[in-house]
Amino acid sequence: MNIVICIKQVSKLIIESTINTIDSRMCRVNRETAKLILNPFDKYVIEESVRIKEKMGGKVTAITMGPYKSESILRKAISKGVDEAFLISDIAFKGSDALATSYVLSCAIKHIRRDYDIIICGTQSLDGDTGQVGPSIAEMLDIPHISYVSKIESIDIDKKTIKVIRKMEDGYDIIRSSIPVLLTVVKGINTPRMTSFKSNMISKKAKVKILNAFDINADIKKIGLRGSPTKVAKLLTISYSYDIISKKSTEEETCDQIIDILIRRLFNMKII
Amino acid sequence: MDYMLSDEEKTLIATAKNIAIEKMKLERKYYDENEEFPWKIIKEFAKSNLCGVYVPKKYGGLSKGIMGLVLVLEELCKVDSGAALPLAATILGTLPIILAGTEKQKTKYLFDIASGNNLAAFGLTEVNAGSDITGIATTAVKSGDYYIINGRKRFITNGGEAQVYTIFAKTNPKKGARGISCFILEKGMIGFSFGKKEVKMGIRASSTRELIFSNCKVHKDNLIGKEGQGLIIAQATLDNSRPGVAAQALGIATGALEETVKYAKKRIQFGQTIASFSAIQHMLADMATEIEAARALLYSLARTIDSGKQKRVSKESAMAKLFCSEVAMKVTVNAVQIFGGYGYSRECPIEKMMRDAKITTIYEGTSQIQRNEIALNLIKQSF
Repeated sequence: MNIVICIKQVSKLIIESTINTIDSRMCRVNRETAKLILNPFDKYVIEESVRIKEKMGGKVTAITMGPYKSESILRKAISKGVDEAFLISDIAFKGSDALATSYVLSCAIKHIRRDYDIIICGTQSLDGDTGQVGPSIAEMLDIPHISYVSKIESIDIDKKTIKVIRKMEDGYDIIRSSIPVLLTVVKGINTPRMTSFKSNMISKKAKVKILNAFDINADIKKIGLRGSPTKVAKLLTISYSYDIISKKSTEEETCDQIIDILIRRLFNMKII
Repeated sequence: MDYMLSDEEKTLIATAKNIAIEKMKLERKYYDENEEFPWKIIKEFAKSNLCGVYVPKKYGGLSKGIMGLVLVLEELCKVDSGAALPLAATILGTLPIILAGTEKQKTKYLFDIASGNNLAAFGLTEVNAGSDITGIATTAVKSGDYYIINGRKRFITNGGEAQVYTIFAKTNPKKGARGISCFILEKGMIGFSFGKKEVKMGIRASSTRELIFSNCKVHKDNLIGKEGQGLIIAQATLDNSRPGVAAQALGIATGALEETVKYAKKRIQFGQTIASFSAIQHMLADMATEIEAARALLYSLARTIDSGKQKRVSKESAMAKLFCSEVAMKVTVNAVQIFGGYGYSRECPIEKMMRDAKITTIYEGTSQIQRNEIALNLIKQSF
């Protein structure tokens, strides 16, 4: 069973909404000043891929597109049990939107591991948050995809089928698909393992291969800013202002009266 | 400071830190309040290869020496020294085997300890013996191929939870200090049982219990070293294990300082953060300086022991243990002071750190005993 996972490095300060991570003038995230971490959604991708490998045998290949700094997340993946890692890096990729990124990743997958069985992505990234890259890769590779997978029920190697549970807003879907397939897995599908001293040392010494646009046969017109139809009009930091009113119920004021005050207040704020 | 740590040492720290943050931090309050033995955390240590950090590679460990042990314990104790203690106590219990055991004993016991399958414990202290080892009343009488052990051990860390026990008993009471021998005992041996569990001020996640031997029959193969070598083995063990207590103390102090700086930057009084007041700044500066001095002493000691270039390290080992534990106590008391009411409240982790720090000035030789050891060696060495 050959498993390919697509993971991403994101900037941590986005979580804290600190202003300096956002370059409003250039309408982009300022990765140079931000602390870079593994996309939190991708922790579960790594764990799930390694679990499948441990159960069914095979190999897990991790791919990420990004600057050289992104190598650290590939090493993290190796420390958790991923077998090989590729960094897809080229100055020509700069400014790629979800579409161009999906194109680059699909080219990389075709180049590195044409005989893949399962591709796993996170549902979305912390920074872009589009949730489109996974499904777009599947379209470009012309394979089925199942998003928001919350459990892999079974995999049948002989029949080349997979049965998964998809999390929906109002319940669950049980879906069977042919293999090869692309899955996007939700947070909490598993509990990611801790790394050991020995696996950390292996990952430090492991070789991460670096490929550029030419290596993966990417069409220069479909990558970077040129290949990105998305144009960001405005990028800004939103600050929430809270106005907390605490009110204790006294004997004279009943619960109903307090609810009444709350409703009136929400009405004045035009929330209801 | 960098301390010229190797890549492997940095990885050890990162591995320990990961467990401390991801697994120990959330649970420390639970284990402290419920005084429950942290088996779940120990399993994480085992999976991460940390249980064998000091055990030689030949027996399934990492061979990272005292330095490796110190780095791991410091990192874990920054978050929770109570849950980290079973690991430190296991090393204390294992040291007699590593230092003086036969090949057969090492092969039999070390693999399971390095993999984390078994914990170990060290049994020396008794009701009327501790700092004064000659006061032990436990006896081991030879009878054919066996020794019959009778007596009680008090305040034994990992008691009841560990599988392997290295205990000291008098094989020849007439010979005094030279009549003491060291034995390996296993949980489940006939005549070996456990007494009451201590209810403690700090390190509450750990188990401290009494060991009771009543005609406990032990094969002579379980004797460590030769008959009468107990005192030498105990001394060598403590020389190597005191850096572990020092590391525990250093970890607690560092953890407390980190929390305190964070708090001082957040807490607003008189319209500004308390970190902006020089009264607080000077306290923080003293805490940081003393911690760094303690670290420098401890790391130098660890490197010296690992190099094997200095035969006896009793004096230096006692110095590191004394200094680090006293610093830990001072730093945590001041941390509680800076936290004010919040520091005294059990909501914050600081009061726990202060309670945990206290034991480091007591076990494996009180601060007073360390001073005796230092002075004794100082006087002996001068001519």
